[in-house]
Amino acid sequence: MAFNIYDFTTFTQSIDKALYEWLPPFWALVVEMTIIGLVFLIFYAVVGLFLVYAERKVCAFMQNRVGPNRVGPYGVFQTIADFIKLLMKELVYIKNSDKLLFNIAPFIVIIASFMAIAAIPFAKGLHAIDFDIGIMYVVAVTSLGVVGVLLAGWSSNNKYSLIGAMRSGAQIISYELSVGLSLLTIIVLAGTMQFSQIVEMQSTGWFIFKGHIPAFIAFVIFLIASTAETNRGPFDLAEAESELTAGFHTEYSGIKFAFFFLAEYMNMFIVASIAATVFLGGWMPFHIYGWEGFNHIMDFIPPFVWYAGKTAFIIWMMMWFKWTFPRLRIDQLLTLEWKYLLPINLVNILIMALIVLMGWHF
Amino acid sequence: MKEVVNLPVDSIEREEYHINMGPQHPSTHGVLRLVVTLQGEIVKKVQPHCGYIHRGIEKMCEKDTYQQIIHLTDRMDYLSAHINNHAVCLLVEGALQVEVPERVVYIRTILDELNRIASHQLWWSSFGMDLGGLTCFFYGLRDREKILDIFEESFGSRLLHSYYLPGGLMQDIHPNFQNRVKEFIKYNRRKIKDYDRILSGNIIFLERSQDVGVMSKELAINYGVNGPSGRGSGWACDIRKKYPYAAYEKVEFNEVLRTEGDTYARYMVRMQEIRESMNIIEQLIDNIPEGDFSVKMKPIIKLPAGEYYQRVESARGELGVYCISDGNKTPFRMKFRTPSFVNLGVLDTISREMKIADLVAIGASLDLVIPDIDR
Repeated sequence: MAFNIYDFTTFTQSIDKALYEWLPPFWALVVEMTIIGLVFLIFYAVVGLFLVYAERKVCAFMQNRVGPNRVGPYGVFQTIADFIKLLMKELVYIKNSDKLLFNIAPFIVIIASFMAIAAIPFAKGLHAIDFDIGIMYVVAVTSLGVVGVLLAGWSSNNKYSLIGAMRSGAQIISYELSVGLSLLTIIVLAGTMQFSQIVEMQSTGWFIFKGHIPAFIAFVIFLIASTAETNRGPFDLAEAESELTAGFHTEYSGIKFAFFFLAEYMNMFIVASIAATVFLGGWMPFHIYGWEGFNHIMDFIPPFVWYAGKTAFIIWMMMWFKWTFPRLRIDQLLTLEWKYLLPINLVNILIMALIVLMGWHF
Repeated sequence: MKEVVNLPVDSIEREEYHINMGPQHPSTHGVLRLVVTLQGEIVKKVQPHCGYIHRGIEKMCEKDTYQQIIHLTDRMDYLSAHINNHAVCLLVEGALQVEVPERVVYIRTILDELNRIASHQLWWSSFGMDLGGLTCFFYGLRDREKILDIFEESFGSRLLHSYYLPGGLMQDIHPNFQNRVKEFIKYNRRKIKDYDRILSGNIIFLERSQDVGVMSKELAINYGVNGPSGRGSGWACDIRKKYPYAAYEKVEFNEVLRTEGDTYARYMVRMQEIRESMNIIEQLIDNIPEGDFSVKMKPIIKLPAGEYYQRVESARGELGVYCISDGNKTPFRMKFRTPSFVNLGVLDTISREMKIADLVAIGASLDLVIPDIDR
């Protein structure tokens, strides 16, 4: 079993092969799925906890504070302590709420974000499923989350929650278009929806550089739209704490609140991963044509470090927005999407198609 | 069996959608309760319900001596405690025709203006927070802390000072006072540029505040909305200019006026007022005359029978103290005309047909302090 940090293909395939040799095909599949599920569950929890910690530190530094610094060195165990607290908290049941929907809602939100991780390539050969419609799958699955948000708002029997949920519905349906269209711009350039191929194609240059200005515009639009889609500031209208106390999750307590909380951070991680993969070359190292020595040094850095670095950079950008901008109003939010982002996006796709047809890209 | 009837749309019974903003709500900054009638996101009516923090200060005044009343006024508008104290002190001194030393007049003016800056800084912080810019909150509080430290050094308290007494001050200022105030002014001139950078020029902020909650000059006058909120509508109503008290005649400062009357205008008036206050302090801080910090007053103050009214410009507008004395050691009736209560009245009129988010912005731009409303 060859383990190579630059290429996981042989490693993962040898595990797969060994399982199929030892077990009948059905059980091999079951064992494989269980292993992957467990790995992702742990990964999900670790990344979620880390992102909560990172956000608290980043916002603290932006606000002249120190941030969590009591539990563990530099407060790294603070979020773990918080989640243990949330686990032990009482689940408050609301009178006249729709019990079934109320209980289901956090699970829908968290399942939607959990499913999307499966398609993301973390390094060469290190992803669960390599769909040939990878991008479409991720876009489809992440947008399921809004169902959970709507249900949460509807079933809570709380007027603030309902307003928050309706805002969220309007917002996500609108911004879904921009997310889809900005990814479509890159699909036009790449000619494929498969994540592994998209990354492979960027070995000669990331798409944000390859695709001239349209790719850059698509990247900016994707960043704005995906921030809106994950309900983060300055687009956090669904939970707008100074207007709607906590929006759709006002009535949730304990671990159910933790689910919403965790899902928000995981959604951020997912959209950052997609942005990194589609625009910034995923796990591909940074290469400059003709600089052989430089390229060799870049190749020396393992792919998952590249991937994590790019994702972290985009997550940091999203945190930066959140902690410096005031919140938009609902009509301004929809105006931004329908009057500005959508037309720009449509024209952008046309330009990109022209560039691809004429072969002007690098 | 029940018959199913297809009702025409018009005959369906419609209910108004009310939400209770408060008494526990992040954007009311206290225990104000607003019953908001909504149509979707649009505000149709706002009914303020006061009284959640009513402590009967006016009634308590009737049992207290004038020195004790000072301590009660701190608790009305806790963000401009000095200015509240000042109003009562001026009333008593005016009624007894006591001349306070120049030193006291100067120190009181400086402290009033420092208090105004601190109040406006806290307002700026919470205004930014209400619009979703949480970082503003920490910037504002950080700089306000410097003023509170200066207060603490001179007279021990940070929020509820009770430093002024009829006839002077409780004690003399700390020897460091002048230097620290000068340092603070220098520091604050630098930091106020940061305020503008993070909020005033932000495109989202401009979108959120311009043409939101427009209050015409006539409306401001009709509702008696004065102070920075009224001056944002172009109503020249600064008590410091119109009925000068303390050392305001001796200093040069501009009355900040804007004519738009929207949330942005009210915001800009306050930001400019911070600068004007710093100018006033700079003119006075080096010229504090030597002398006593108070005049000898009788231990029991008895105002001559009659009616008295004294107004001062608090950080929120005109603070009026109306007192009827029957010659005893306690007033017969004490009435405070508090700016927050008056300014709250206009909230319904200017926030109709706006969004919920605008209601929050308008409420923040009026700078309401809830204990000042209820007293």
